[in-house]
Formats: sequence, C-alpha cells, structure tokens
Amino acid sequence: MPSPMVYRLVFENLVHRKVRTLLTTLAIGLGVTMMLSLVGLSRGMLEDQKQRARGIGADILVLPPGSSAIGLSSAPMTQKLLAFVGSQPHVKLATGSVVYPLGGLKRITGIDYDNFTKMSDGFRFVSGGPFSKPDDIIIDEYYAHQNDLGVGDTIPMLDRDWKVCGVVEPGKLARVIVPIDILQELTGTQERLSIVYAKLDDPSHLASTLDFLKEKLTGYQVYSLEEFTSQFSASSLPELRIFTGVVIGLAVLFGFLLVFLSMHTAILERTREIGILKAVGASPSYIFGILARETAVLAALGTIAGILFSFGTRALIQFFIPASMVQAIVPDWWPIAGAITLAAAWLGVVYPAWKAVRQDTLESLSYD
Amino acid sequence: MTESAMVEVRDLRKSFQNGDVDVHALRGVNLDIRRGEFVAVVGPSGSGKSTLFHVVGGLTPPTAGRVTVDGRDLVQMTEAERTQLRKTTVGFVFQKFNLLPTLSVRNNIRMVREIATGERDLNTTILKTLETLGIDKRLDHKPRALSGGEQQRVAIARAIVNQPAILLADEPTGNLDTENSQVVLQVLRDLNERLGQTILMITHDAEAAAFAHRTVKMRDGCIVQ
Repeated sequence: MPSPMVYRLVFENLVHRKVRTLLTTLAIGLGVTMMLSLVGLSRGMLEDQKQRARGIGADILVLPPGSSAIGLSSAPMTQKLLAFVGSQPHVKLATGSVVYPLGGLKRITGIDYDNFTKMSDGFRFVSGGPFSKPDDIIIDEYYAHQNDLGVGDTIPMLDRDWKVCGVVEPGKLARVIVPIDILQELTGTQERLSIVYAKLDDPSHLASTLDFLKEKLTGYQVYSLEEFTSQFSASSLPELRIFTGVVIGLAVLFGFLLVFLSMHTAILERTREIGILKAVGASPSYIFGILARETAVLAALGTIAGILFSFGTRALIQFFIPASMVQAIVPDWWPIAGAITLAAAWLGVVYPAWKAVRQDTLESLSYD
Repeated sequence: MTESAMVEVRDLRKSFQNGDVDVHALRGVNLDIRRGEFVAVVGPSGSGKSTLFHVVGGLTPPTAGRVTVDGRDLVQMTEAERTQLRKTTVGFVFQKFNLLPTLSVRNNIRMVREIATGERDLNTTILKTLETLGIDKRLDHKPRALSGGEQQRVAIARAIVNQPAILLADEPTGNLDTENSQVVLQVLRDLNERLGQTILMITHDAEAAAFAHRTVKMRDGCIVQ
C-alpha cells in the first residue's frame, strides 16, 4: 500500500511546477483529443448518414451490383427498375435518386420531388420552398450555414449557376438537392439511377417483399432500411477500422514521446531531489513509485483535458463546417482513451525513471 | 572491532575515475569512532575527508579495506543493503541542507520517518526535539521560506528523527554565517551531550572542529594526525 507521503510528494511536485504540469497536461490532452475527435468523426459521420437514410421514409432500398452504401456515387441502374419495383405486390411507392460526386466529401443528389415528398412526408423548409425552375437547388441548414447561403443566392456547380430556392432542416437524404432530370442531363446519366427506394403499404410485408425482390433482382443489392443503415458502422468498414487504428497508434506514440520528454526533463531537473531521497534511504521502487504515480496523475489530467477539448472540436466543427463533418461525442471511448494514454505515459516514464533510480547518489547530490 | 566502537575503518581505500584520470581519494585510512563520541575530520580540499564521509555513510562502496558501522560490514553490502543502512543506521547533514523544496518542514521530516519506519506521525519526543532545535514554529513552511540556519536545523532534525546510530555531517556550517554556524554547532554538541548521539563531522574550519571531542586530520587520502 503506497504511503500518504508519496501522494503528498506527487501532489506537491505537480503543484510546485505548475507550468510544466500545465504544458504536459495540455500536450497529453491534445493526443487524447486527436483520438476522441477522430473516432467521434467517423462515428458522427456514419450516424449522420444513417439518420439521413432513415429520413427518406423508405422500407426497402435497391442498390446497383457491387456498390457500397457508403461510397454510393454513380448512377449505373436503369430507370426502368423503378417501374418494376413500383409494380410489385405491397409496394405502395417507388422513387429513385441520382448521387453525383463533386470531389472530396461533397455530393449533389437529384430527386423526383413529388414522389420523394410522398415517401418522406416532405422536407421541412426553414425558408423558401420547392423547385419551381430547372436551375433551382435545395440545400439544408448545415450547408447554408457553412457556405453562408440563403434563398436567392447562387451556387456554381457542374458548370451551372444554381439558385437556392429553399433551405430545409437537415436529416433527410442529402444536403444539396436538385431535380433528378436536370442532374441526369448534366451528368450524362439520363434514364439511370443510383438507388431505388420503395415504400410498402404495410410494414408487416417487409420480409416477404424483401425476399421476393432479392429473388427477382439477381445481382442487385436489396436491403431493408435496417440492413442498409447497419452498414453505416465502423465494424462493417475494415478501412475505417484500419484508419482508427492508425490514428490511435499515432496518439499513443504522441503521448509516449510527450511523457518521455516531459519526465526526462523533470527527472533531470530533480536529480538532486532524487539524490536526497536515495540518501535518506528511499529504495528504487519507492522513487519509481513516485514517478509512476506522478505520470498517472498527468495522464489522468491529460485525459480529462482531452475529453473537454473533444467537446471544443465538436463545437468548432459544428460552427465552421457542419455540412462537411459531424463529430459525435463518444463517452464509451473515454475510458479506452484514458487507458491508452496511461499505458503510453507509463511507457514514456519507464526509461527516465529507470535512469533516475540507477543514478549515482553522490552525483545526484552534487547536481546543481 | 573494539567493544564500544561505532565505526571501525581499516586500511580503507577508495579510487574512482575522473575523466581519464584514476583518482586515489583514500589510501589506507584507519579510524575508530566510539559510541557517543563526537569526532571532527579536518583537512584541505582534496584530502579525502568527504570521500570518507560518503563511504562511512554508505553512499558509495569502498574499493578495498574494511569498514563497519554499528557492527555492519559495508564492504560486503549490496546496494540494497546500503540503502537499508542509510534508512536505519545513518543520518546525514549536508552543507547544502538538501531538503526537499516542494515539501513543508513537517513533511520533510515525516517523509524520512515514513521511509524508515512506515510511521508518519511526529511523536512527543520528536516534537520536543523540534522545539529544542527552535523550528517547532516553522513546521508548515517550505524550505525556501527559512533562513540558512533554520534550514540546517531542519536538516539536523530530519537526520535524527529515526534515531540513527551515527550522525554524519558534511561541512554543516559551510553555507552559514558566523552566528548561525555557532547555533548549528551548539545543536550538534547538545545532541551529543544530552542524547549521546555519535557524530562524525567533516569540516575545514578549525573553530567548528573545536566543538568535537576529537579532531582527526587528513591529507592526500590518509589520516595524518
């Protein structure tokens, strides 16, 4: 059982060297923020896509063969599929969309406004209204805020100047929406679709209709809404898992180097104190215990700082780029980040502490 | 070892490397210190008196010879055993006080007590000693708030809190003015006279050495008188 004096010494050391404690805490905190923000970003963006898919109001979705729910960005399916799906038993309504990539995370989505409104109960307009002209464009609040746009403003896209006719609440399908026929014409995808949505007359027929469509549409990917949204998770995306792993690895390395540097410097400046402790009979394990506990406190403070900073990064993202990125707060990752940070910090203190306890007592005592 | 000897040094030799040069700091030192004796070791810089202090205190191992402190042979000791010796048998007073700057006076003393005995409470005897040393009103101050004389008295209190068999003092007045030097030397003499504390004091100051029962002179790594 560690003695209370050890904790007192740890506390006094941290308080006595306020600037070092503060800087180390901030630096460790940055590593934790890096971890939490990136995990939060991947989760937040997937959750956002999931919510927007749910906002469509469809029960069944048909995707082209070999496509991915996440990377949907072309229109390889024939529009005739729409009529086929719409004519199947229990399918009340079928509509489709074209998704066209604009570079980076930006996409423009073309919809059949009337059918989409029937399926999703319509957009909730914050200002303006539906399309009335071919070059009209609807944007969501996040996109409007990020790009400082409002009804009547012009957006140049695909060599065309679009006029904002409506700003809608986010959470349905996409952030940038145009009439489907115009987008098909502009992108050379006439009579083609990226995805087909179907709404059933009664949800109790979901399983049978799903099975039926799967049988009929060989090669196509036919999903229920739940199956489709379940794909928006890190576990179903090996690339995202690798990415998260790399980020965590970097954060661990970052934390390790920071603690190593911090404790190396701290031990150097406390050479004399360590000599004093050794002179009065403190064992190597006693001195190691002090340094390890000091590191644990720094790691804990850094973790708390990192958690708080992650709220800050979320607020910044929400303020500056709400349409491009969504960061979730990930409380389930707080203990994981804390444990990783503590492990990295202890790894960082091992060598300086080992060096400290092996220091010659006389050399330590004569250190100024 | 003679019956009443606290420290027995026989043909003690200590060499170390200083850069590329072999330094023979002790060249066959013989010395006996009896229980309850107050011995001063004097000599010019480089005479080996501090090295003798470090070897007897278990801060560094001897190269050859025999050294026993309170019946324990230092030559055969491992590093862990020397740590144990410093914890229980020897108390140190250094020229530069060597108090832990982040801890209060009370906690500097508690820390040493806790390392040695696992106890941290300062009992009545200890509190009385602190009163005798004139630092009982300064217990909650950090070392930087104390004068040099007060810091050295705290260092003495810390050195004797575990009732060591021998108190080793290395130039205890080296950083003090005349008035504080007299106070500290008087404290050491009182400890010796009233409590029978065995003391080995290293000094280059003849006036300080006069407080001891016996003075030993060193030169070139040997005792010459």
